[in-house]
Amino acid sequence: MHFVRRPLRAGFDAGERLFALAFPANANPLLNLGALGFFFYWIVTVSGIYVYIFFDTGVTQAFASIEYMTNEQWYAAGLMRSLHRYASDALVAVVLLHILREFSRDRYRGVRWFNWVTGVPVLLFIYIAGISGYWLVWDNLAQYVAIVSTEWLDHLPFFGQPIARNFLSPETLESRFFTLMIFMHIAVPLIALIGLWVHLQRVSKPRINPPRELAIGTALALLALSAVYPATSQGAADLAKVPGSIGLDWFYLGAYPLLETLPGPVTWSTAVTLLIIMVAIPWLPPMKRQRAAVVDLANCNGCTRCMNDCPYSAITMQIRSDGRPFEGEAVVDPNLCVACGICAGACPTSTPFRRLSDLIPGIDLPDRSMAAIRAEVEDEGARITGPARIMIFGCINAGVAMSCRSDNVGVVSLNCTGQLPPSFIDYVISQKFADGVIIAGCSENSCHNRFGTRWTADRLSGARDPNLRARVPRERLVVVWAGRLGVSMLRREISTLAARLAILGPFKPKMYSRGAIAEEEKSDA
Amino acid sequence: MPNLTQYIGQALLYATFAAAIGTLASWPSHTQLPANSAQIKLAFNHGGARVEDCRKLTAQELSKLPSNKRKPNDCSRERVPVTIQLMVDGNLLYDAVLLPSGLSSDGQARTYQKFTVPAGKHVILARLRDSKRAEGFDYESKFEGELSSRQNLAIDFKAEQGGFLFR
Repeated sequence: MHFVRRPLRAGFDAGERLFALAFPANANPLLNLGALGFFFYWIVTVSGIYVYIFFDTGVTQAFASIEYMTNEQWYAAGLMRSLHRYASDALVAVVLLHILREFSRDRYRGVRWFNWVTGVPVLLFIYIAGISGYWLVWDNLAQYVAIVSTEWLDHLPFFGQPIARNFLSPETLESRFFTLMIFMHIAVPLIALIGLWVHLQRVSKPRINPPRELAIGTALALLALSAVYPATSQGAADLAKVPGSIGLDWFYLGAYPLLETLPGPVTWSTAVTLLIIMVAIPWLPPMKRQRAAVVDLANCNGCTRCMNDCPYSAITMQIRSDGRPFEGEAVVDPNLCVACGICAGACPTSTPFRRLSDLIPGIDLPDRSMAAIRAEVEDEGARITGPARIMIFGCINAGVAMSCRSDNVGVVSLNCTGQLPPSFIDYVISQKFADGVIIAGCSENSCHNRFGTRWTADRLSGARDPNLRARVPRERLVVVWAGRLGVSMLRREISTLAARLAILGPFKPKMYSRGAIAEEEKSDA
Repeated sequence: MPNLTQYIGQALLYATFAAAIGTLASWPSHTQLPANSAQIKLAFNHGGARVEDCRKLTAQELSKLPSNKRKPNDCSRERVPVTIQLMVDGNLLYDAVLLPSGLSSDGQARTYQKFTVPAGKHVILARLRDSKRAEGFDYESKFEGELSSRQNLAIDFKAEQGGFLFR
């Protein structure tokens, strides 16, 4: 799968960079695909309710009622009809992009199988809802959709008599079919909503609303499209005629020309095979993942920081089991843990200054422990030389730091920048393992582990515990949300920092007076 | 806060997004049936005759049955296949033996077929056999007329309405 994911990921990375030129990081559309999907769903719902007020479900009245909306009430119901349609198309577009992006970033395997697999039926429900909507207009396109859909379903041996016979001639059509379709068109999206709720069950703090500016921008774009190029019907359906040239909605009906022309067994076996692949893809092949985080009760005081920072709801607090005088203790569900290490980065006991006892934090990754990271920092610190020595803490998912390793640049890889306790920066500078520190992570708001970049920024700014001590000279610290395409950006930042460090000279700790210590303690608090 | 250039960039990207949605929502168009062609759709459900004729039960036989199961006739479930032929301008377009549906072969035989023919004048002959006879047909209907471009001629069969219905 790697050979498929790689070019896809390169494409998405390039797209993100392009959008980043115009959008602020939090409002980059490619970083908000899931949230945009939710937003379009609500637009479809609201516009659909409005259109339904004017819609008549009778076989002869359906088309006329929609024509009335489009022509007589173009400024309200007509606009809503167009918005309903275009928002549905936008919904499919962003959902498909969301699927491809998660696939390209390898965020569908391992413990994330649940989100992937529960997303598959949601996609099917969205398609069923959209296709049933086209049916209701009862124009030439609706006739085409109805006949091709029922003929395709009739290949299955489940139905007593061919459903397509209902559309044999004008005399055989009944209004009851429309009642069934409107029921489906309303019920299926509701089922999809339940599916979305399940889909997000293993995600903590899911982002289901796009940033306001992005919501306003996309809504205005769809409204403008609806006004400039309103959705229209394609002539009343006439079962005595085969529709001529039909304007297909390729978002929903892209496969219809194939369903129409290829033999039923071929299309059905292809569809079923694709569905099986979609469901089974998280195990094709299964992800080789690191072991889940482990709690060390002797060092855990139940502070809840790890639970609050975990992006995957893998940590819960339970009543203390070892009799120590703390309220709770952290418990990791290995089935939900992706081993990002953000929990270890949040743990107040993850401090490299600990020397009297082994560096065993309250929570840690067995395969990438804090002790190992400290040892690597010390090794790299001993290796690098020169007047401006720089230590980079690089996220392995961004993957750009290692290419910048040189005589004066040491690199320590992290599973996520969120794995880095701020005390490590203090440690590197105060213990003179380097003159300056760079944190290199995923693109801003595009963290592979959802919250790594955000929590890191918050910790460094003091907005989130554990924060960076006030005594750490900020001029010796650079944070680069470089992403995978940010090698040149990172190199540029290295050069800039090296030049600054050359001017600053070696780090000299302040000589503290009692008052200054008290001031700093107050600031740290 | 984005600068003016970024706002212009956003506007361009939103416009591209809207244009892509609007375009793919109805373009490119698709042609199901070429011009100057017509479609004949043959579709029906029909049960053939029973393989064994019904036998009238005697009074003695009826008296042995529980009162709620006393039916005057004893009929076998299995039905004969339905043979169908469709000829257009003397050419055999469809010739099939449709088996009865159901595990006991007691259901209706079904078919749903579509044929494309050139638009213009045609003579269409539909024949169906649903009895136990070995040769010949029980129903036969002829349609003679002009099929316009993209016309859909539906051929249904309803024995109670006299056989084939051309719509």
